[in-house]
Amino acid sequence: MAQIVIKNLRKEFGAFTAVQSSSFTIEDGEFFMLLGPSGCGKTTTLRMIAGLELPTSGEIFINGTEVSQKPASKRDIAFVFQMFALYPHMNVRKNISYPLVSQGMPRDQVRAKVAEVAEILGITALLDKPVGGLSGGDRQRVALGRAVVRDPACFLMDEPLGALDAEFRERMAQELRALHDRMNATTVYVTHDQLEAMQMGDKIVVMNHGVVEQFGRPQDIYDWPATLFVARFIGSPAMNLLPFEGMVGNGATSVTLAGVPVAIPKMISGGDGTLTLGVRPEHVHFSDDAGYRGRILAVEYLGTTQIVTLETALGQVKVRIGSDRAAHVGETVGLRFDTRSISLFSDTGHALISTANQKVLTHG
Amino acid sequence: MSYSITEPSSRQKWIAGILVVGYALLTLLPLVWIIATGFKTPADAIAYPPKVVFTPSLEGYVNLFTSRSRVTPEDLAALGPPTTWYDAIVRQYDMVITGPSRYGERFMNSVIIGFGSTFLSVFLGTIAAYAFSRFKVPLKDDLLFFILSTRMMPPIAVAIPIFLMYRELGLSDTHLGMILLYTAVNLSLSVWLLKGFIDEIPIEYEEAALIDGYTRFQAFYKVVLPQAATGIASTAIFCLIFAWNEYAFAVLLTSGTAQTAPPFIPTIIGAGGKDWPAVAAGATLFLLPIMVFTILLRKHLLRGITFGAVRK
Repeated sequence: MAQIVIKNLRKEFGAFTAVQSSSFTIEDGEFFMLLGPSGCGKTTTLRMIAGLELPTSGEIFINGTEVSQKPASKRDIAFVFQMFALYPHMNVRKNISYPLVSQGMPRDQVRAKVAEVAEILGITALLDKPVGGLSGGDRQRVALGRAVVRDPACFLMDEPLGALDAEFRERMAQELRALHDRMNATTVYVTHDQLEAMQMGDKIVVMNHGVVEQFGRPQDIYDWPATLFVARFIGSPAMNLLPFEGMVGNGATSVTLAGVPVAIPKMISGGDGTLTLGVRPEHVHFSDDAGYRGRILAVEYLGTTQIVTLETALGQVKVRIGSDRAAHVGETVGLRFDTRSISLFSDTGHALISTANQKVLTHG
Repeated sequence: MSYSITEPSSRQKWIAGILVVGYALLTLLPLVWIIATGFKTPADAIAYPPKVVFTPSLEGYVNLFTSRSRVTPEDLAALGPPTTWYDAIVRQYDMVITGPSRYGERFMNSVIIGFGSTFLSVFLGTIAAYAFSRFKVPLKDDLLFFILSTRMMPPIAVAIPIFLMYRELGLSDTHLGMILLYTAVNLSLSVWLLKGFIDEIPIEYEEAALIDGYTRFQAFYKVVLPQAATGIASTAIFCLIFAWNEYAFAVLLTSGTAQTAPPFIPTIIGAGGKDWPAVAAGATLFLLPIMVFTILLRKHLLRGITFGAVRK
């Protein structure tokens, strides 16, 4: 069980900077997601925590000990690889017992421990099988077993569900979360799948181009993205982003979108130039008396809800509404935005602070 | 992975079968002839038309392993009856056995030099290939090309310089000298072959082992080596076949203590008449170790030859 502190961590590969000065803290027992598109530096960050890459500069503390230059074997961590990396020349039992054997644990203790872990993961029947014939899900369970068996300070997982097909993925995600809740061990989990991150994580770090864009609870990140990148990356469909020329001052409570005034949360900071208004699809409603209007381009039926795409003066807007509301392509409707949920972004792509997002964005 | 291909028709199977059997006969015929000649008498061996059916005799093998001397019939009669079966064979030709031949020694030289250089080539090759595969080696591509370039000219092209160097260094006609020479020739092959095999082993296995608490060397030894076994085995076969059969350097650099079997076998011809059965017997026995070695490792050899061709 461990707290992991990352301070100004940086990694360069020749002229390419994979990770630029990241800092964040992973609390003891947290299920922590490193989220971002491929090539954003999330895997490099994880590998530095593991000791598979040495950072160019910066510090990593595991339980208060600085480990950034220590070899992987001295860090008391377990790593689950995307491709499982089960030793192909050993059977399941040997794979799981391998970390214990390396610690010199007596044979009967190893046996008992492996049996216990196999029981938890439901793979007792597989113990004496070769790993070659196992299904993807079972391989991942064995890989987890190998990680769990040594009671490490923390678990590091590099897209562990990435190699599984959709059907297994759902189930393994639940199993993983259940396993974490049972063991309560700090887990750092790399994924590019924002749904997976939201579904499983206690906290999320969103990375892009080697930079930490935002760090916080899934709900906070979803509701109050700190940057335009996060706003685009999180949520499906993504947040509606409407760029407009204008100025908002400190204390402003409305902006003008294509000549129509739209109420916003009271601003604490201001900005001018090309600003962007962001609002989630579920926070836009049809309203006949609203001034901001759009013409329906497409309707996607999703069961209980539907996604309606509209053409508006400042760009396309997607709206998530109940399926019971009739929407016809070609129809022109008024759009009302939930004032409380609106984000504004400056021309540099950073969220402007308002009374609504202040709590989320000013301490994290 | 399974492939779905159409089942060949029975006619196609027949044609394929005939081709394979025909090719096998073609390549095996000289081998069969050599083995058969080893069991003929000298008269049968040179009979015309050639004898396919003959009474087997161990004369060739007796002559291969012994030195003999001609004696007069009177002296032969004075010796009394032959004491052993091989004595009896030799006496038919008015000869007596004066001692063992050099074949055994030469054969052992081949074993020592062949297996010694194979072990060294594969050992050094594995370590070098691992380093090239896993670590950032400065000028890696140039070094690899340089290693390959040593193969671009026939080794015998440097025979004279090596001969002179070996004479200066006192390596001429020594086991060590021949082992080093064959290792040097084989090393480029083994580095390149093994690098290919090690490249195919995902690095995650070692990383998993590193995290599981093993050192880099332990990870190499316990995780990489077992998976590279196939590559190591097929590389070993290629190296052994070269070192075992090498003739030109052996003729040039060995004459006595370290002479291997390939230059020795032809010398049997000259020692009193053309003793083809003895030559054939020597060649047959010389074939055996490499045949056994190859059969033992044939599963790996097949994968070795086709490696990289099929994605797992």
